[in-house]
Amino acid sequence: MLRDITLGQYYPADSIVHKLDPRVKLFGTMIYIVSLFVMRGVVALGVATLFLFCVIRVSKVPFRFMVRGLKAIMVLLLITAVFNLFLTPGEPLVSVWKISVTEEGLTNAVMMAIRLTFLILGTSIMTLTTTPNQLTDGMEKALMPLSKVGVPVHAIAMMMSIALRFIPILIEETDKIMKAQMARGADFESGNLLRRVKNMIPLLVPLFISAFRRADDLAMAMEARCYQGGRGRTKMKPLRYAGRDGAAYLLLLGYLAVVIACRILLPWPQ
Amino acid sequence: MEMIRAEQLVYEYIRRDEEGNVEAISTALDHVDLHVRPGEFIAILGHNGSGKSTLAKHINALLTPGEGSLWVDGKDVSLEENVYDVRQTAGMVFQNPDNQIIASVVEEDVGFGPENIGVPTEEIWQRVEESLRAVGMLKYRHHSPNKLSGGQKQRVAIAGVMAMQPKCIVLDEPTAMLDPNGRRDVIRTAHELNREKGVTIVLITHYMEEVVDADRVFVMDQGKIVMQGTPREIFSQVGKLKEYRLDVPQVTILADMLRQAGLDIPLGVLRREELVDAIMRAAM
Repeated sequence: MLRDITLGQYYPADSIVHKLDPRVKLFGTMIYIVSLFVMRGVVALGVATLFLFCVIRVSKVPFRFMVRGLKAIMVLLLITAVFNLFLTPGEPLVSVWKISVTEEGLTNAVMMAIRLTFLILGTSIMTLTTTPNQLTDGMEKALMPLSKVGVPVHAIAMMMSIALRFIPILIEETDKIMKAQMARGADFESGNLLRRVKNMIPLLVPLFISAFRRADDLAMAMEARCYQGGRGRTKMKPLRYAGRDGAAYLLLLGYLAVVIACRILLPWPQ
Repeated sequence: MEMIRAEQLVYEYIRRDEEGNVEAISTALDHVDLHVRPGEFIAILGHNGSGKSTLAKHINALLTPGEGSLWVDGKDVSLEENVYDVRQTAGMVFQNPDNQIIASVVEEDVGFGPENIGVPTEEIWQRVEESLRAVGMLKYRHHSPNKLSGGQKQRVAIAGVMAMQPKCIVLDEPTAMLDPNGRRDVIRTAHELNREKGVTIVLITHYMEEVVDADRVFVMDQGKIVMQGTPREIFSQVGKLKEYRLDVPQVTILADMLRQAGLDIPLGVLRREELVDAIMRAAM
């Protein structure tokens, strides 16, 4: 049952978004998030919507995959909207007893819901079109300047990619230990929460021991293959910017400029 | 020059209590002498705890000798500056296939070694392709290691070592966790690399069937090399092998029993066909 979990939700397809350098996508996601919080007014909202849907279209990822990520935050979305709706002070629209809905509250609630939805959609474009490995590579390269001030960027990236490699192995192992213990009468499914957590202990102990043993083995195997940290290391698949990456950067900056311009130049049409 | 030359090698595992006092000393290697010529295929047999894995880790400079000396391709492994040279010369394949594959794509894992020693990108690709072809795993290059069988994973691990272009490969019980098919594939691959690429192979195992085709066999027990010779010489001493708690192949045992029963069968029968021939001759 644990095997069904898949990490990252990469959707393989042959699109220009998939081919972009992971650094562009990381940077682009950041720009998009910034733009969502800078934007004000109907025109800017229109621009952000158009941009989002164009990118989704170009990425060739079916829309229902995008929406899947939204289900998880539905509750959060509702709570945020309700709080904004009732708790924003201002001109009351409707008043029932002590609770009133204000005009500002209504706009805030709608805008917040739209912002959060777009935020999730925007970030899922990145995770859907980039493999976890590419993401790690992109982060390593993008954060490289930090290694000059002593941040172990290479080590962090290596840790992330090893973690990604071992997640399925450890999941399989958990499954095995669980079955072995269930065969001997362990119960993981009944009882209240506290009981169930307690029942997990005999599962976690062997899992941890085995994980440490694996780590030890792996460290030795890496040393045997001359691993000595990031120093003097070359890359089999180095990241290189192509022409399309430059164009993507320009497009992103242009988009951000338009959103900012809308905020400054246009008055406040709701 | 010899590929591996060990002289009076000693290594002790020392267990200490919390104050750092020595609690127990177990001698894993007890004055071991080993000489391996370039291009040889040697096998080291031994029961659990015989010191064979400790010896393997010395050849790859993962452990440094306590006493005595060890040279790999003319380089002294106890010198700090030789460590990476030695590891490049003598690659190592371990027992657990999962715990030695680092990347989530086969070809990236094979490229890991060359990346570490600073091989330029184009050459890495070339080496990865060559090594994957050499172990017959080229068509799985884009696969995730999680989807491969144990034997396939072990061949990927061998390719990962081959990509560093070593002169010698040490296989430390590479088949202990595999099914019979995977076991056969891995041993065949080792022989092919030995024959076609001239790589010196040191195979460490406790399955006697796997050493039949080796050039020379060493038997270890309690940190010492207790027997050495060609497979035929070793296998002709069934009684002694049993003393060292080794599982003698069924064919060899059967041949030995028949001979003791008075049938005219030569010493040290290794293969089933050989025994059949010998019995046919004896019957005529």
